[in-house]
Amino acid sequence: MIETDIIIIGAGPTGLFAVFEAGLLKLKCHLIDGLPQPGGQLTELYPKKPIFDIPGYPSVGAAELVDNLMEQIKQFQPGFTLNEVAETIEKQEDGTFIVTTNKGTKHCGKAVAIAGGLGSFEPRKPDLENLAFYEDKGVEYFVKKPEMFAGKKIVIAGGGDSALDWSIYLADIAAEVFLVHRRNEFRGALDSVEKVQALKNQGKINLVTPAEIVELKGTAKLEAVVVEREGQREEVACDYFIPLFGLTPKLGPIADWGLEIEKNAIKVNNALDYQTNIPGIYAIGDINTYPGKLKLILCGFHEATLMCQSVYNMLNPGKKYVLKYTTVSGINGFDGTRKEAEKAVVKSIE
Amino acid sequence: MSADIKITIIDREGVEHVVDAPTDMSMNIMEVVRAYELAPEGTIGICGGMAMCASCQCYVHNADEVAVPEMNPDEEAMLWEALNVKDNSRLGCQIGITPELEGLIVELAPAE
Repeated sequence: MIETDIIIIGAGPTGLFAVFEAGLLKLKCHLIDGLPQPGGQLTELYPKKPIFDIPGYPSVGAAELVDNLMEQIKQFQPGFTLNEVAETIEKQEDGTFIVTTNKGTKHCGKAVAIAGGLGSFEPRKPDLENLAFYEDKGVEYFVKKPEMFAGKKIVIAGGGDSALDWSIYLADIAAEVFLVHRRNEFRGALDSVEKVQALKNQGKINLVTPAEIVELKGTAKLEAVVVEREGQREEVACDYFIPLFGLTPKLGPIADWGLEIEKNAIKVNNALDYQTNIPGIYAIGDINTYPGKLKLILCGFHEATLMCQSVYNMLNPGKKYVLKYTTVSGINGFDGTRKEAEKAVVKSIE
Repeated sequence: MSADIKITIIDREGVEHVVDAPTDMSMNIMEVVRAYELAPEGTIGICGGMAMCASCQCYVHNADEVAVPEMNPDEEAMLWEALNVKDNSRLGCQIGITPELEGLIVELAPAE
């Protein structure tokens, strides 16, 4: 069990800066993120794009900002659980929280700050009746265990790299592979497109374009899909249907934590400290909502700062904390380092 | 001279809204929709306007009359994977408001 003061869910800029503000208050942090590296959207989606509204930086690259934030918090020795999604949360009798990830890693914290940005990226689901009913009964959004498709009839839908790559891979192990795409053209690596063309010529992939899946059929599990091509409908018997239409941002498991959700975001008390409807759980950055909310990194920094003050007050009731300026008091890292302004030399002149 | 142009936005319920869109604020169609609250918050512009989701997908009804800017590769890539895509689909976040868009008619695609 990983133990810390504040569990931060989301290692984007807001979550990272929260580590710094918590550190000033001698609070330790551990961050959980579904992505394999810190930085959130900045690292994952637009590392090379410039950001122009970070105070003090006329322009800063997204990845550069993340690097700087990592450098800034290094002395506060944050822990990271990366490539894992925070799945469940339990409040203990002593007021602490246990956050467990999809891989079973348990974290115990005195407070939780959700800094999840856009949330987690989930598969984009086609608008098909009864789709949810067939999920795990023939409809799969990921190819987690390729062996389960061995000797089966599979229909893949999509026109990007994922659809091409999995069609190529499964063509070797499945009984039959249908690749359905609404256009004749595919958008992917040239090599993949050429391989699919070759496999089609060999009769290992049935290419169905321009076409769309319009219906799913089956009683207890998926038994067939209905393909519409140029106004004609045709039933294709299959064991599995794998729609691969990319990812779309959703709140993910957090949506089931009993938090008050509004406008696809977590409602917080911004008049005070960005706490949610569950005491001890905060939401900061793009994932929260309140009157006047602005989804800006600099606002996330502000929210992180107030959140840390609130956690400090919660953990130290009655203790008076006097706000100190780092310029005056310097910074004492958890690693024994100290940063402070250079002292002026006082020397008499004879 | 007014820096506003008139554009027509058909919301997801099919209601037409003729709105004034400023050409001097670096706004785009998605931001105009949000400013006028023509789609519920949280259902449009989720990624912030970086062509990384398709929540602001719209159908351009009069591209033959109005000079809509060309599609960029990021937008094309996203529309490749989005749902409810038609031949006249565009991402609202990638269409900046310029004087050339006077009279533009767009319809919001269904929410994903």
